[in-house]
Amino acid sequence: MPLVFTLAFRNLFYDRLRLVATIIGIVFSIVLVMIQMGLYFGFGRMVTTMIDHASADLWIMPKGTKCFEDPSLLETRERYRALAIDGVADAIPVVIGFADWRMPTGATTPVFVVGSDLRAGGLQPWNLVEGRIEALSAPKAVAVDRSYFDRLGISGLGATAEIRQQLVRVAAVTDGIRSFTTTPFVFMDVDRARAHTGVPNGKATYFLVRLDPGADRAAVRRQLLSRLSDVEVLTSAEFRERSRTFWLFSTGAGAALFAGALLGIIVGTVIVAQTLYSSTKEHLPEFATLRAIGSSSRYIYAVIVCQALLNAVIGFSIAALVGKAVVQLTAATALPIVITQGLMIGLFALTVAMCIASAIAAIVQVTRIDPAMVFSR
Amino acid sequence: MTASLIEAKGVAKVLGSGAGKVAALKGVTLSLDGGELTLLMGPSGSGKTTLLSILGCMLTPTEGTIRICGRSTAGAEPEDLALLRRQHVGFVFQSFHLFPTLSATDNVRLALDVRGERFRKAKVRAREALAKVGLAHKTKAFPRQLSGGEQQRVAIARAIVGNPSIILADEPTAALDGENGRAIMEILGGIAREQRRAVLIVTHDPRLLPFADRIVHIEDGRIVREERYGVKQS
Ligand SMILES: Nc1ncnc2c1ncn2[C@@H]1O[C@H](COP(=O)(O)OP(=O)(O)O)[C@@H](O)[C@H]1O
Ligand SMILES: [Mg+2]
Repeated sequence: MPLVFTLAFRNLFYDRLRLVATIIGIVFSIVLVMIQMGLYFGFGRMVTTMIDHASADLWIMPKGTKCFEDPSLLETRERYRALAIDGVADAIPVVIGFADWRMPTGATTPVFVVGSDLRAGGLQPWNLVEGRIEALSAPKAVAVDRSYFDRLGISGLGATAEIRQQLVRVAAVTDGIRSFTTTPFVFMDVDRARAHTGVPNGKATYFLVRLDPGADRAAVRRQLLSRLSDVEVLTSAEFRERSRTFWLFSTGAGAALFAGALLGIIVGTVIVAQTLYSSTKEHLPEFATLRAIGSSSRYIYAVIVCQALLNAVIGFSIAALVGKAVVQLTAATALPIVITQGLMIGLFALTVAMCIASAIAAIVQVTRIDPAMVFSR
Repeated sequence: MTASLIEAKGVAKVLGSGAGKVAALKGVTLSLDGGELTLLMGPSGSGKTTLLSILGCMLTPTEGTIRICGRSTAGAEPEDLALLRRQHVGFVFQSFHLFPTLSATDNVRLALDVRGERFRKAKVRAREALAKVGLAHKTKAFPRQLSGGEQQRVAIARAIVGNPSIILADEPTAALDGENGRAIMEILGGIAREQRRAVLIVTHDPRLLPFADRIVHIEDGRIVREERYGVKQS
């Protein structure tokens, strides 16, 4: 084992108490950053679930739509104008909106209605665990997620309730379609969605455009924009980005998460810097000895940086285990924490950067030592 | 006549700053040759440690010049001085300054490590150096498992393992009892004479006089007297 490493390792383990304090500091700080960023990613993913599960080459939406949940409406005639354009195979209407769900007991709870043309299959429920998609074509049929049974006051397939004084019957049950707004989704046919949300016949929130095979998407988009009035035309990726930006930044949610992450970084750096600094201070006579026996300052820096890196590796490994547990614990909640491989790599880089930044404080101190202090001790 | 290993000419050193300024050395001229053990003696505060630090390139003189193995230290940066120490000087300190977390072998190997010698051979050479100071049987021991005399021998092994031509020791026996002190002096004398190195030892212990080839007396920052003996019996 190279002596630089041995020295760093022994210096670190010489004072167990300080090592434990340092590691706890790093772990707390990295876990804090990890959770904030994991929430950020989880939130970013949650707010786009509907867009992710729609099958559309292009989205036609009212001008100024900020996110998927925006209830502005498109005129019926725009759909026919779209269908008349070369390359457009279909323009499937989607209707969304908030409504009240009245249980047989008389209690009500808000729900989020998602209606789509079921024959065309624009935005259908997925992850069905009971019932079939086709069943939704039956009169009054809706699909709900089983995680919301309690909230909706129902017990499963066949249960009934009222939305806008009109009867609905649960004909399909999904698993894991949860909303970050915590308002349950209710899927149904587009015509019934209009009736349940008070949208006039023919109008819709979105038209999902499917292209003919071989059609040029950019060209079709240009045509749509020039022939339709007061609309925007986005790809799914663009719409996802817009929705995410809206929820994360216009609402301040993202800023709060980032602020938390930043706090974690600062706290972590301060803790590591503080302990590394005091450790270096304690070992200063040893560094002076090294200097006296002719070591270059680079050699001494190597020892300090090595110590910092050991801190980083130990701290990060523990933080990663904690993160893994957190991911598993939140997997089934409304806002799962998502830790991507990229986030993990970024966090490791952050840990290392944090520890190296702290090492610099210690190094500045060492550069001031006078090797002649070896004689006075 | 061969050139001296260290030559100090007109060396003056002012330490401290402001009201605490002290003229620790006031014009010292001294040279050290290989094969000799020189004692630097003088009362406390006379400037012995300061002179040793300057000769060993740990401090730079305020005035005067130092030549180490023919190389002047004028204008040298801290890194250049570290390089000179690495190449030419081995130090032994009063309080040993061993690394408590390293074994005897690793403590000695450290002196090779900072010289960039990191191969298997380094361990072998470290063990050889320990054998030379009579510690072949304690290579794996940690400093806390060694007596004061043994610790100082490890420190001497560390000072000689890199083959420096100059060994400088500041009160190396002050923390030891008489018997251990004598053993250390015998080892240092042997290093001077058998390996033709210049060994300078700062002390105010008159019991060390018999081990010297040469004695330099310093008082109040000036060399006041010098005695030279013939080659000593060992
Ligand atoms: N860092 C320093 N700052 C100011 N004065 C110092 C410093 N180091 C030593 N001195 C003074 O310089 C003089 C010589 O000190 P030193 O060389 O240590 O003496 P010795 O080793 O002979 O006891 C003393 O008067 C001491 O007080
Ligand atoms: Mg002294």
